[in-house]
Amino acid sequence: MDPTNDQDPNYYHKVVDCQWACPAHTDVPSYIRLIAQGQFDDAYLLNRESNVFPGILGRTCDRPCEPACRRGRVDGEPVAICRLKRVTSDLKGDVSDRIPKAPAEKNGKRVACIGAGPSALTVANDLMPLGYEIVMFEQFSRPGGLMRTNIPEFRLPDNVLNEETQVILDMGVDIRYDSPITSLRDLLKEGFDAIFVGVGAPRGKELDLPGRHDEIESHIYIGIDWLESVSFGHIESIGSRVLIIGVGNTAMDCCRTSLRLGGEQIKVMARRPREYFKASPWELDDAEEEGIEIIVNHAPKRFVIDDGRLVGMEFDVLEWDEGAQHSKVVETIIIECDDVILAIGQENAFPWIERDLGVEFDEWNVPVVDSATMESTLPGVFFGGDAAFGPKNIIWAVAHGHEAAISINNYCSDVSVHERPPVGMNLVSQKMGMSQWSYHNDYNPASRQQMTHVELTKRFSSLNLEVELGFTVEQTVREVQRCLNCDVQTAFRAPLCIECDACIDICPVQCLTITGNGQESDLRTRLSAPSLNVDQALYVSAPLPQTGRVMVKDEDVCVHCGLCAERCPTAAWDMEEFTLDIPYASNTTILRIPVRSGAATSQVGS
Amino acid sequence: MPSITKPRIPLAVQQVNEIGLTIHDYEGAMSTLCAGCGHDSITAAIVHTFWELSTPPHQIAKLSGIGCSSKTPTYFVRGAHGFNSAHGRMATIATGANAANRELTYIGISGDGDSLSIGLGHLAHAIRRNVNMVYLIENNGVYGLTKGQVSPSADIGTRPKRGEPNAVAPIDPMLLGLTMGATFLARGFSGDKEQLIPLLKAGVAHNGLALIDVISPCVTFNDHEGSTKSYRYIREHEVKEIQTDYVPVRDEIKVSIGASASREVVMHDGSVVRFRSVPKNYDPSDRGKVEEYIRDRQSRGEVATGLLYMNESPPDLHDLHHTPTLGLNKLPFSKLCPGSLELDELQKDFR
Repeated sequence: MDPTNDQDPNYYHKVVDCQWACPAHTDVPSYIRLIAQGQFDDAYLLNRESNVFPGILGRTCDRPCEPACRRGRVDGEPVAICRLKRVTSDLKGDVSDRIPKAPAEKNGKRVACIGAGPSALTVANDLMPLGYEIVMFEQFSRPGGLMRTNIPEFRLPDNVLNEETQVILDMGVDIRYDSPITSLRDLLKEGFDAIFVGVGAPRGKELDLPGRHDEIESHIYIGIDWLESVSFGHIESIGSRVLIIGVGNTAMDCCRTSLRLGGEQIKVMARRPREYFKASPWELDDAEEEGIEIIVNHAPKRFVIDDGRLVGMEFDVLEWDEGAQHSKVVETIIIECDDVILAIGQENAFPWIERDLGVEFDEWNVPVVDSATMESTLPGVFFGGDAAFGPKNIIWAVAHGHEAAISINNYCSDVSVHERPPVGMNLVSQKMGMSQWSYHNDYNPASRQQMTHVELTKRFSSLNLEVELGFTVEQTVREVQRCLNCDVQTAFRAPLCIECDACIDICPVQCLTITGNGQESDLRTRLSAPSLNVDQALYVSAPLPQTGRVMVKDEDVCVHCGLCAERCPTAAWDMEEFTLDIPYASNTTILRIPVRSGAATSQVGS
Repeated sequence: MPSITKPRIPLAVQQVNEIGLTIHDYEGAMSTLCAGCGHDSITAAIVHTFWELSTPPHQIAKLSGIGCSSKTPTYFVRGAHGFNSAHGRMATIATGANAANRELTYIGISGDGDSLSIGLGHLAHAIRRNVNMVYLIENNGVYGLTKGQVSPSADIGTRPKRGEPNAVAPIDPMLLGLTMGATFLARGFSGDKEQLIPLLKAGVAHNGLALIDVISPCVTFNDHEGSTKSYRYIREHEVKEIQTDYVPVRDEIKVSIGASASREVVMHDGSVVRFRSVPKNYDPSDRGKVEEYIRDRQSRGEVATGLLYMNESPPDLHDLHHTPTLGLNKLPFSKLCPGSLELDELQKDFR
């Protein structure tokens, strides 16, 4: 193999598995270290820089980081990254004076944001400090988008949502509530310099089975619409026997909300076996803890209507083959119920975008959007969040928002949206002296801390009683020590190596090997410990001075303990903190090299 | 000294040996030697050796004398029996221990100072008695613990970090062993575990004293320009013409098929040492030829490594003395100490 280019930001970035997996590339190990040092404000702000909504995401994130976490490959349980994110929000003080401000003098550019959800708010967050004037059109009377309407308050309290949305609006966003956009053509006429569409995927999927439209008074609901009605207080009760059709995260919110509105026997009906559920495992656990019954292998067949009233639902009971590709019907049964909530997915809907404006749509009626620039086929119109590529989750919406803000800033500065500012990196030695590091390098065998919930007997008393209590100080102290500091990299300098084997012998996971070079597939057969994870990179050094062999490091389960560097007699190994330099449209802490001098004028305004 | 103890990582996938132990079960305390010390590499090779041989830790006895080398038994197989003896006396303690309990696997760790200076007489007699043990000399050519004076294995002309070049002829443990009648002689290099581990395994399987001389650079006092025992010097002057594999009993059938070995030696336990390549006219069972070869290499300033000499047939300490097959601790007291009447009977023969 060729020597690894560790000056390419992507190499070390990929070693920081959590940060690599996060769509917004939040610097997880750094904020965990800040928590460990008790610097909660800094930890919160570091989060906010990349993910904008630490308090909200600390409760609701889909957590792509956790399955990626190296700790999971070491002792089976990833670090509770998401819970620690919430800790930064719970324990921070007043950080308002450290939030970027909009300048008094505007840059003369006006941007319209349609929707006040996570993607549009991110766009505003990034552009306001640059002097943009932003008009945000929201169809409802409160900001937040689906974070408001689709996530129940017992998971995401209003005060958290209000605080993190308001801090952006307070930069001076011209927010217009109860203002649904009904025509893009009309909006285009208003002369905005750019338009950002962040309207989500607002249409819940319908289930057109016999009986669907035979009721006199409707007891069949579309999940996301029903949650929205609950959120705005339009629905305050439900029957005692409720069937939820579908088993995604929306279904989990529906069933748990039903419990709080008077539901007693609540069944979540799934077509396929459990391993194919879309819901996050922890959301399934939380629902089952509350007594929700999840029934697998039942395919809905018809709504049973008696005298204009919903009395039950008929299901085919299925038997699946291996891999759950094909099924056969074993029997057909009727399950009695008072209400049915359909939570089988949601989709984009753009009835308000005239199709002759130049915004192209694909065969599924989803707009054609450039995934790097977030620009639609109509220059100056950008999309983000669920509106761009269909339903994803909040953290993706934030990532889209950041990219769209860069594009809008380019677009308004007459710079091509395809000229993306470069991603940078920094490596800083953590050596403080002989065998002394600026980070806590010892491996802590603590197991993952479990979130404490409000007692079941008290939990259902009100709809807005938050179930998760957050980590205690003791739990936080233990959990931060589980982080393996994957951003503190083992940096190697081949010319210094005398091939004494000290690093190889001391490595607790045997991830180092000195051997003759070869192709990757061949090298992987000659490592000190068997290579179990080919998705993880091999670091390969330049030829070593004495024998011409190479140092190979299997990044898979390195615990970043620094013992290789401590035992190295020549300091060929060093532990160096890697920082990914992510470009944002507005970055008030790091001065960036402007893409072009023309674009710089507007950036300096911050 | 590292800031932390090597942590035990509970990896989901852990390799275990035949008796279900991980390699970490064969490690010991953290080394307090200098970072980069060759001795630590040898320690790691010993850990690998016993783990791969699946030797139960409680069946191992590790012994040493005084010196940097003699600290190292602390750093491997924490579950083994251990004895840190007086300077140069490892061989005597090992002889006594082996006499009392022949059922353990003995490994003695010594250094060039401990064995070739103060303990030379004891080493000679342990070789003569052919005590069944691995006698490992961690050979760095200096007295590291006392700040790097040249030792009896230092080559003529080698330059210490401070002071004059060495003018006194060195003792080569391999040539010494040949003269004393050693039955197993091998030389390795701490920077080459691929060679060292098979040598150690063969040494453990050998019935008798396996003298293994391992060049082990002292990073602090003897790894500079002008030293003949530095990492760089050994890498530039090492001759690895004799290449051997150790084939344990359990692998024998599958490995022997189609292997083109120039020579095989069957050990007393049925395992095999296979010489993959030896120089022309070299016979590892011919003392004269081996001595000639080593001296020839020496005269060219080269260091011959590999399994240089072996002979499985000579009797070991216990064969020589017709001792019981069990360790003395397993003999019933009545047999071990038959009483004064039996003693009287025995003494009649000597009157």
